[in-house]
Amino acid sequence: MNELAQQIVSGLATGSIYASMALALVLIYRSMGVINFAQGEMAMFSTYLAWQFAQQGMPLWIAFPLTIAIAFAGAVALERVVVRPVERAAPLTVVILCLGLLITFNGLAGWIWGYTVRTFPSPFPTTPLHIGSAAFSSQDLGIIAVSLLSLGAISLFFGKTKLGLAMRAAALYPESSRVLGVRVGWMLALGWGMAAAVGALSGLMVAPVVLLEPNMMQGILVYAFAAAVLGGIDSPVGAVVGGLALGVGLNLIGAYVPVIGTDLQLTTAFGIIIVILLFRPAGLFGRRTMRRV
Amino acid sequence: MPALLEIRDLSIRFGGIAALSDVSFDIEEGHVAGLIGPNGAGKTTCFNCITRLYQPTSGRLAFAGDDLLRHAPHELAGKRIARTFQNVALFDRLSTLDNVMVGYHVRYARGAARLRSDDGGRRAALEALDYLGLGEHANRPVRSLPFGTRKMVELARALVARPRLLLLDEPASGLTTAEVAALADVVKRIAADYSATIVMVEHHMQLVMNVCDHVIVLASGRKIADGPPEAVQRDKGVIEAYLGTA
Repeated sequence: MNELAQQIVSGLATGSIYASMALALVLIYRSMGVINFAQGEMAMFSTYLAWQFAQQGMPLWIAFPLTIAIAFAGAVALERVVVRPVERAAPLTVVILCLGLLITFNGLAGWIWGYTVRTFPSPFPTTPLHIGSAAFSSQDLGIIAVSLLSLGAISLFFGKTKLGLAMRAAALYPESSRVLGVRVGWMLALGWGMAAAVGALSGLMVAPVVLLEPNMMQGILVYAFAAAVLGGIDSPVGAVVGGLALGVGLNLIGAYVPVIGTDLQLTTAFGIIIVILLFRPAGLFGRRTMRRV
Repeated sequence: MPALLEIRDLSIRFGGIAALSDVSFDIEEGHVAGLIGPNGAGKTTCFNCITRLYQPTSGRLAFAGDDLLRHAPHELAGKRIARTFQNVALFDRLSTLDNVMVGYHVRYARGAARLRSDDGGRRAALEALDYLGLGEHANRPVRSLPFGTRKMVELARALVARPRLLLLDEPASGLTTAEVAALADVVKRIAADYSATIVMVEHHMQLVMNVCDHVIVLASGRKIADGPPEAVQRDKGVIEAYLGTA
């Protein structure tokens, strides 16, 4: 029983990383209709910034919020300068631009910091937390808490604030939002900023586990993409549920189905996702789009 | 005193097609005006130019003496110009109340105040919904409402910004006979209660003749008649445009 609880908690921890990245993907997808393939590399780049700040002796509790603020501002600027010219272009053009950004950030990080794998400081204590006879990693619990708090804050922002409502409106129907006085272009830029901030947060959380190197987020982006599709690519709730389900599912398969083990873990997970999508093509929480022709 | 809306020599081309050619007309403050004409006459294009969704090829648009072409689309709501769309452009996934609250967006305070929840906007949105008798639908998802009701919700969204100029694009299309009769009353009430100047694109002639003080007729991108409804109704050119030459 204890082992099961421990496996679930550790699955939830990796799952909340996937959930945060998946949410970042969904935020962009909802407003632009494309997957930002550079989302992972942008998070990796931000994580390097935090590492650099820490190297210079800055305490983590300053370095982390500063990094997230820079990620937000940087992505807003990136949207305004680089993405804006192709905003109304065909989706494929935007996809190519995102792939270009992926390669750019990856190359930049390698050029500045090199490809050496580095350890990354964890903000959480290393001592495990005992609840009853089970021992949980403080790192895992910390990741879960931080992720859930940030996801909760984002859902409050979209649900309860005027700006959140304007952003939802702009993503759903740009033309009529514009007529109603919403600055659609800036709402898009804010969306990029928020996605980058969530991404940076997940980079900071996962770096102590996967270690810091320019390719650290690529695997995670694949899982996040899978989580987002599983949950329904246009549903923020779906992204979170999909991420958590994927994390827990993978962990349990790895632990309890020895035939599959860690080697076939990913293959099995994708097999399950494909089966689910056969029955629910729009994902668990997605909406089927119907178009009048 | 100049007219509230002055349109001068408005032209717009899409590739080789002239959607509007040298269209000029005035809308007086306080009037309810009808913009009519056969399909493809350029009526909606004209609305899209006024709300800056289209960039005219040439011509001048002035609202209360202010050159509209110098403003971006999102700034027009601040000048209290509001519109509805032919196909009902509501935010399908949001509740009825949220839809109407987006219309209040332009009256939000700037800066950090936008990060707070919005009681003023909520109250104004509920008022606009109640004014149109839609209060009971406030918390329903807007996509669950019947088409005629959705059109009214879109009207409430335009009203919540307290428009000085209200552009209605085919408000009667898709409505039942009873709903059209109610719409005529609603339009007259809005003009009086909100002191709004209204321009409507409409095919329903009975509605137009019933509520409009002034009718402008477009055909193939040109203005062919402009005047009080009775005069326009008797105009030979208008009859030809609608029925073809005998």
